[in-house]
Amino acid sequence: MFAVLIALFLAQTTDGLAAWQKVHSVLTSPRCINCHTATNYPQQGDDRHRHFANVIRGPQDKGVVALNCATCHQSQNANSTGVPGGQNWHLAPLSMKWQDLNDQPLTSAEICRSVKSQLDGAHLLKHHAEEPLVLWAWNPGRRPDGTVRTLPPLTHAQFVEATRQWIKAGTPCP
Amino acid sequence: MKAYHLVVNGERKSVTVDPSTPVLWVLREDLKLTGTKYGCGIGACGACTVHLGGLATRSCLVPVSLVGDRKIVTIEGMSRDPIGRIVQDAWVDKDVVQCGYCQSGQIMSVVALLKANRKPTDTNIEESLGGNLCRCGTYVRIRDAVKSAAEKLA
Repeated sequence: MFAVLIALFLAQTTDGLAAWQKVHSVLTSPRCINCHTATNYPQQGDDRHRHFANVIRGPQDKGVVALNCATCHQSQNANSTGVPGGQNWHLAPLSMKWQDLNDQPLTSAEICRSVKSQLDGAHLLKHHAEEPLVLWAWNPGRRPDGTVRTLPPLTHAQFVEATRQWIKAGTPCP
Repeated sequence: MKAYHLVVNGERKSVTVDPSTPVLWVLREDLKLTGTKYGCGIGACGACTVHLGGLATRSCLVPVSLVGDRKIVTIEGMSRDPIGRIVQDAWVDKDVVQCGYCQSGQIMSVVALLKANRKPTDTNIEESLGGNLCRCGTYVRIRDAVKSAAEKLA
């Protein structure tokens, strides 16, 4: 009986880790991680370069006065200019950083622990399923050259399902 | 085409334009408020800065359909704004302008800065004006004028 329980636990953990890897693949895509920096600036582009114009995080993660995020980023994408937009455009708080100070992604284990420490399962699932800026990643609009921005590696439905499976498995981390 | 009712510099204005028309072109072409300048058209230079709902905003990037009930203030409204008047006077005192093309946008950003921070440091000034470009390179005089205006507001 004990051996069966151990086997079930290990199987659940294995499934949970597999689900986490799917979640992680989305979190570290440029559409998500560019605004989960550890520095005082956001990044942009698939090469994750520093945001142009010396844009600064600011005290509330929304830029500084006269150069707020909303100075340019409106509530929807501006495909005619290539400026992306969404409701309440802002950087993720430093408590949700997924990079180090050299702009390199943290390890999968570190990001996993960071995610777990900030939101419980129900809130995390709701965040991934409904938060407008999360949804924006699958509707990122066009670049200034007119081409469509790269999407995360999973569909939004797959991302939410992977999150659900990870939570169901007890949110195991690598 | 659709009718929009805007409040610009405290006055009610009505325009009938395509919903995707940027606020910049509504101001310049429909309302003949040409103090707001077209620079790059992609939010990279700051020449088109206005205050939208109190926030410094690049008017070239905002379709008129997204304005809603937010009030628009342009450089033409600055002379009636207590801080705007002081900033404009400082601009004259310090002889900031060279060609002048970017300066209405610069002043709009500076007024937004001084409304929030009466004692800006050099760092505050550089960060807040990081998105306002001046090809004449008047940055040193701009900083002097901002400090001069801040002293008068103290």
